[in-house]
Amino acid sequence: MKEFKGRVVAPGTVTAPALVSHGGLNTLASFQKALQFGDKKATCGDQNNPDLYGKEMVGKALCLPQTIGSTTGGMVLYCACAMQRQPACLLFSKPIDSLAAAGSILASVWCPEARMPVVDNLGEEFLNYVKDGMVITVKEDGTVCVA
Amino acid sequence: MNLTPEQQAILDGAKGETMAKVMKTLVMYGDAFGAEKMVPVTSEYNHLVTSFGLKMMRPVFELMQQLIDAGAVSGQKFSVDPRPLDPNVPANFLQKLVFNKFMYSTQDYYEGQLKQLGLMNEDAFTCACYLDQVGNRPHQGDVLSWAESSAVVYANSVLGARCNRNSGIMDIMGSIAGFVPYFGLLTDEGRKATWIVKVETSQKPEAQLLGSAIGMKVMEDVPFVTGMEKWLGTELDEAACAYLKDFGAATASNGAVGLYHIENLTPEAKEQGRGLIAENAKVYVIDDAELERIKAGYPVIWKNPNARPKLCFVGCPHLSMQQLMDWTDRVEAGLKEAGKSSVAIPTVFTTAPAVKKEFDQTAYAKRLRDTGVILSCICPLMYMNNPLCGPMPVITCSNKLRTYTSARYYTEAEILEKITKGA
Repeated sequence: MKEFKGRVVAPGTVTAPALVSHGGLNTLASFQKALQFGDKKATCGDQNNPDLYGKEMVGKALCLPQTIGSTTGGMVLYCACAMQRQPACLLFSKPIDSLAAAGSILASVWCPEARMPVVDNLGEEFLNYVKDGMVITVKEDGTVCVA
Repeated sequence: MNLTPEQQAILDGAKGETMAKVMKTLVMYGDAFGAEKMVPVTSEYNHLVTSFGLKMMRPVFELMQQLIDAGAVSGQKFSVDPRPLDPNVPANFLQKLVFNKFMYSTQDYYEGQLKQLGLMNEDAFTCACYLDQVGNRPHQGDVLSWAESSAVVYANSVLGARCNRNSGIMDIMGSIAGFVPYFGLLTDEGRKATWIVKVETSQKPEAQLLGSAIGMKVMEDVPFVTGMEKWLGTELDEAACAYLKDFGAATASNGAVGLYHIENLTPEAKEQGRGLIAENAKVYVIDDAELERIKAGYPVIWKNPNARPKLCFVGCPHLSMQQLMDWTDRVEAGLKEAGKSSVAIPTVFTTAPAVKKEFDQTAYAKRLRDTGVILSCICPLMYMNNPLCGPMPVITCSNKLRTYTSARYYTEAEILEKITKGA
């Protein structure tokens, strides 16, 4: 087991299997089709992301460097949270980007029942170490345990 | 964050619970980026990214209604991204049924909400709101609360305004409060380039291909691009602005670029020169081989990669007046050369409603109609994002459309060849 310490953007605790994207997560491309057509498992629809394309994102500890793409991204993430189609948590190796921050904060303020802990600044080593399926535990203080 | 007494009072509920939540959203947003203060939004108009009444957006409609019910409407009028529907764009019976009865059944309802919140006018549906005909063109130094990645990167880079890559919904929060948190691209430090991109191609690089390469490399960083003077000149004329519109959209969608500087061309690069480049900036060299490598790397996800294209979209982001006229000339010439009278593939050009109105007053409108090309104000991206269009072989010269949909990318010259001479 290895521990990483990051910064808490949206608080909470959770344990979930890891799903790793080494490239930026394009939020619109990844979630849109799933949200639009009732895919409760939120299968990733981003053809440009070979790490995630075709994989289910709901309930996973999504490990990524940052999000990219359209500025609808935060809104899409907010919708995912409000519709209970969100990942278990978002774990960023880099400082959070403005779109992911917006989605996380909108969910936290306007839809507090949708819990999705968000931790950033976990470092490049975190993303190099974690692999799909590893068990991730997020603690309240931003500590992330990978087993 | 240090709030003024006025801002603190709003946060504490002096203007009601909903306004307090608006302020809390902005404060948390700023805190996530270490903002120490809020600054006033100074542009005349806002621009929102969310134009589509998609059924899946029920949570957004509910939130907007909360704002309307509480009287927390935008302090600025705003433009908004293009509409997702246009009956003139080819669609089969099933597609029309799905678009109108299922996917976008809440479009009218949502447009009603937008009017209550502060929509500029009926023609204010475009991603290229900064075009002269639309009239939402901020000034250098203006602080914005915009979203729409291609508009934000244009406003920052070509117009010298200051705006972060705000998300949908966050855009209107700043407009309602009248303040945005001061961080990132609003600050002088955040506008420094951390990449030097040296363009060393043998011919003028395709705008949307160059933007794609840079976006994929620098992601959210700020690039300072050199080597473009011989292709774009040193003045922001109509041709240069159109090029940068398309280039920027690709940097923003293939990566997350919110600001770029072009040496001796964009306003801050002209004023500050290489003083804009941060210490230890990384270097990326782009030559012909690199562009070819990038283009070859785009996945083709059509069921049959050799399928004959059924539709072609040109104009994501929306075309300018000059681009429409240039494309009309090129299509006419291409058809003449091929000995044909109309395009070989159903083709849709997209532009802003206000540009279309002006274009329709010119002789070019009939000439374009005569080629068989359809001129629309639709958002091709929204048209494409459904399971019925997924397997459809659509081609485009937009790298943004390629990124978000199953559309296949070709250069403008290749697109012209295909639509005038057949695939």
